[in-house]
Amino acid sequence: MAERSDSEEVKLLGMWASPFSRRIEIALTLKGVSYEFSEEDITNKSSLLLQLNPVYKMIPVLVHNGKPISEPLVILEYIDETWRDNPILPQDPYERAMARFWAKFVDEQIYVTAMKVVGKIGEERDAVVEATRDLLMFLEKELVGKDFFGGRSLGFVDIVATLVAFWLMRTEEIVGVKV
Amino acid sequence: MATDDVKLIGSWASVFVMRARIALHLKSISYEFLQETFGSKSELLLKSNPVHKKMPVLIHADKPVCESNIIVQYIDEAWTSSGPSILPSHPYDRAIARFWAAYIDDQWFISLRSILTAQGEEEKNAAIAQVEERTEILEKAFIDCSKGKPFFNGDHIGYLDIALGSFLGWWRVVELDANHKFLDETKAPSLAKWAERFCDDPAVKPIMPEITKLAEFARKLFPKPQA
Repeated sequence: MAERSDSEEVKLLGMWASPFSRRIEIALTLKGVSYEFSEEDITNKSSLLLQLNPVYKMIPVLVHNGKPISEPLVILEYIDETWRDNPILPQDPYERAMARFWAKFVDEQIYVTAMKVVGKIGEERDAVVEATRDLLMFLEKELVGKDFFGGRSLGFVDIVATLVAFWLMRTEEIVGVKV
Repeated sequence: MATDDVKLIGSWASVFVMRARIALHLKSISYEFLQETFGSKSELLLKSNPVHKKMPVLIHADKPVCESNIIVQYIDEAWTSSGPSILPSHPYDRAIARFWAAYIDDQWFISLRSILTAQGEEEKNAAIAQVEERTEILEKAFIDCSKGKPFFNGDHIGYLDIALGSFLGWWRVVELDANHKFLDETKAPSLAKWAERFCDDPAVKPIMPEITKLAEFARKLFPKPQA
């Protein structure tokens, strides 16, 4: 059970359809942290969001005791370092480096490449699908012999890769491709 | 402590390689510097970083670590008892440092690079304006993070100082190329003074490349179109 003083105030500004927002919810839930969820309308951003994340004006934003933290991977590491039960990142420095590497790969390579499929048809679409598939093969190799990227239980990369497990699959349905 | 086998694949001119080197110097770690030849990639690099095929790659006891900011954090965590801490100790300060380091790479660096790759005056001026805007954001970030101390990290250089400071050589080259000063005492006074302090730091000074050598290299990397 996570330690929590009565004065802890945790708020998450997020959006139901965003994989980046959902992963923060997964992490908070894994850690047993109670939080207030504030659903943002990304077509009409709240003044609170603009104030708390003036650089990117994007969700998710975690607010802990009044202090805002932005950027999904930064937030995940903050959560792991602040609430020490049920660690998300491994303890070993090398394993941590690998987890950070693959998480970045999912967000910066797989996500960015896969999203290019939107609005593309024919040859252009095929090229995106193939490129995404190639990237997924790298990730596939990391799972060999393991139940989760984190080993026997969910870890950092598993949480980040829900983007692949869920969102990519939904995109496949919507766009009509199979990667 | 036993001498661990530490190798770094890189190049004297690379900002990202420099980050790793500064971190290694801060921790007084001996390493073998394996310089890549410009224009080709060694087999070791391709084998050690099959995903991105890019430097730097730190190889510690035969295990490769890739991505400059990840390497810096790895060095901090693998050699905790050597030298100063590279990341701040408080989770919130660490989050802020990581946020700005990501901003530097994802936003600020992209605009800086656009100046060198710009086709024509209009594109160049747009890129310059964007770098001005983003440098102003970093100036405010410095004031917030440093809290009156000499570096982003406080009394000593740390993760965020390394993330931005490694660009200083190239930044100067871009200023000369564009004939435009960014690190100006009027526009970015705190950053201008920080830059001098950073370059003077004993962990940085020996490895900061010479501007003339870097400018010459830049001309090779970003050739100007024939007039």
